[in-house]
Amino acid sequence: MGSKRPDRRGFIKGGAALAGGLTLGTVAPALGQTPGSQTFIKGNEELVLYGERSPFVTSVRMQHPPGGRPSPDAYGLYFHIAAPLQDSVGMITPSSLHFVGTTRGGFIPEIDPREHRLMIHGMVDRPLTFTMEDLKRLPSVTRPHFIECAGNRSSPRYKTIQETHGMTSCAEWTGVLLSVLLKEAGIKGGASWIVAEGTEEVKGASSIPMAKAMDDCIVAYGMNGEAVRPQQGFPLRLLVPGFEGIFNSKYLRRIKVVDRYYLTYNDYGHLNRRDDPEGAALGMLIGPKSVITFPSGGQQLPDRGFYEVSGLAWSGGGAVGRVEVSTDGGRRWTDAEIKGTAHRMAHTRFSVGWNWDGQETELLSRCTDETGQVQPTRAQIAEFFNVPVGRVKGMDNSIQPWRVASDGSVHNAIA
Amino acid sequence: MGACTMRLLRLLAFVMLLGGTALAQSPTYGVGRTPTAEEIRAWDIAISPTGEELPPGRGTAEEGALVYRRQCAACHGAEGQGAGAPRLVKRQAEPNVDPWNLGRILPIRAPYATGVWDYINRGMPLNREGTLTADQVYALTAYLLYLNDVIPEEKVLDAQSLPKVEMPNRNAWAPLPEWKRGMPRLPGYPY
Repeated sequence: MGSKRPDRRGFIKGGAALAGGLTLGTVAPALGQTPGSQTFIKGNEELVLYGERSPFVTSVRMQHPPGGRPSPDAYGLYFHIAAPLQDSVGMITPSSLHFVGTTRGGFIPEIDPREHRLMIHGMVDRPLTFTMEDLKRLPSVTRPHFIECAGNRSSPRYKTIQETHGMTSCAEWTGVLLSVLLKEAGIKGGASWIVAEGTEEVKGASSIPMAKAMDDCIVAYGMNGEAVRPQQGFPLRLLVPGFEGIFNSKYLRRIKVVDRYYLTYNDYGHLNRRDDPEGAALGMLIGPKSVITFPSGGQQLPDRGFYEVSGLAWSGGGAVGRVEVSTDGGRRWTDAEIKGTAHRMAHTRFSVGWNWDGQETELLSRCTDETGQVQPTRAQIAEFFNVPVGRVKGMDNSIQPWRVASDGSVHNAIA
Repeated sequence: MGACTMRLLRLLAFVMLLGGTALAQSPTYGVGRTPTAEEIRAWDIAISPTGEELPPGRGTAEEGALVYRRQCAACHGAEGQGAGAPRLVKRQAEPNVDPWNLGRILPIRAPYATGVWDYINRGMPLNREGTLTADQVYALTAYLLYLNDVIPEEKVLDAQSLPKVEMPNRNAWAPLPEWKRGMPRLPGYPY
């Protein structure tokens, strides 16, 4: 598993340095005791105050798409950053590894939460302005939700899952339901949309249907047990569960209640030709989707024998209802075990046990969500729309095949 | 169902709607404060297709060309092309070409000219956002629409005329489906 291997040179150097400083501390083990580690991580204030992962764990994010254009500003470096799903365990993406999507660049506004305000106005009885302190007084919810970027599309050009699927992540979000705030302001009759707007340089604004705003959107100040990270919208992010990534406005400072679709600049991403309403619909909501994270492209099986094949499934339509896995290129399908609870619009970890016989084969997974929508193959999509295989309308939720070669190497098998 | 029953049902639905809204309208927590009209105006920058948020001001393509040269050309190139930042003029000069074949270019693909004004106003120039005056934004919008053959050179854009500009894509885009909880992404599509 190439990406799991620590950087050897760095490790040897670091290890040598640590060992050098610790010779006085090493003592011969008492009789009958198992010797422990010969090296130690030296304590420092940073480690005490905020903690750090092991130097052996080197999983990192990468630019998306690989080799894509850099952001035009001097600070952000990349437009988009993909999560290393190949190393993921469980259903939560650590905040430091959560994918990052931006509309224009890597600008991260530095916002003092004491100065930050959220204003709700427009077609309401009482326009309201909330401080962060105000918002934290209100009843809160804590829910796991994925966010997925429209650019999360597999391609034959890509080798690893980080390239094919790294623009989705799942965090536990804490905040106030948007419906609570909208009711507090009082929605006027005839209001049918909201415009949610951020504080960043381009003040990204998205139009969201009122029915969705009143259903399960969260004005989130918490992420994975701490404050929302700056790259994710600190101090306030709007979660629009199951909708395409750009709806989830970062640095949220304003919600205007309106009576029409505003066609903001962000909304242009959802513009399709009039004769392609299918493309528009499939670009708004995220379909049932799953991917095997282990074994996945670029990884290496050391030997034949037992492996837990494991992956992530999710859907914009609700909770994952069922995941099936095929270890023989799609001839036979087995129901995968769902780990824990399948939450609505959340990554869901699944697995099946597999004995690899050393023969070349293909691994696939298929998600069915609670509404009965089924994850399609690329061939099924092409057949439905009568288009060439590989042309996927809207958000790409097609089945990802991984080919395991007889030498144990794993490859992207998308044609 | 008789017409009478229908009327009764409709009346009932109307009454329930009133009741529902009335309930929802009493504040439950009393948290938050009322913003001043000035505070709202300062942040109310998303311009609707009908343009009611547009501020006073005016501009023409000729004036816009001057602003463009000083504020935009370094990144977007002379006359909207040929530099690092996204291209701002359509790819083909012929009239009556399907706007969808002219590239993903805001001043030609935007269904409403208000969107062009809005984006220049909120997002440009890079690293100097918010420094353009309303007149300059009207002028730049006029210049870009003129370059793309949407309006004639002498056209004056202001809060009244801008929303009335007929963009080539005004009626050529597909609306989003009306969202309802639990609905399929696309009716009839099993995936």
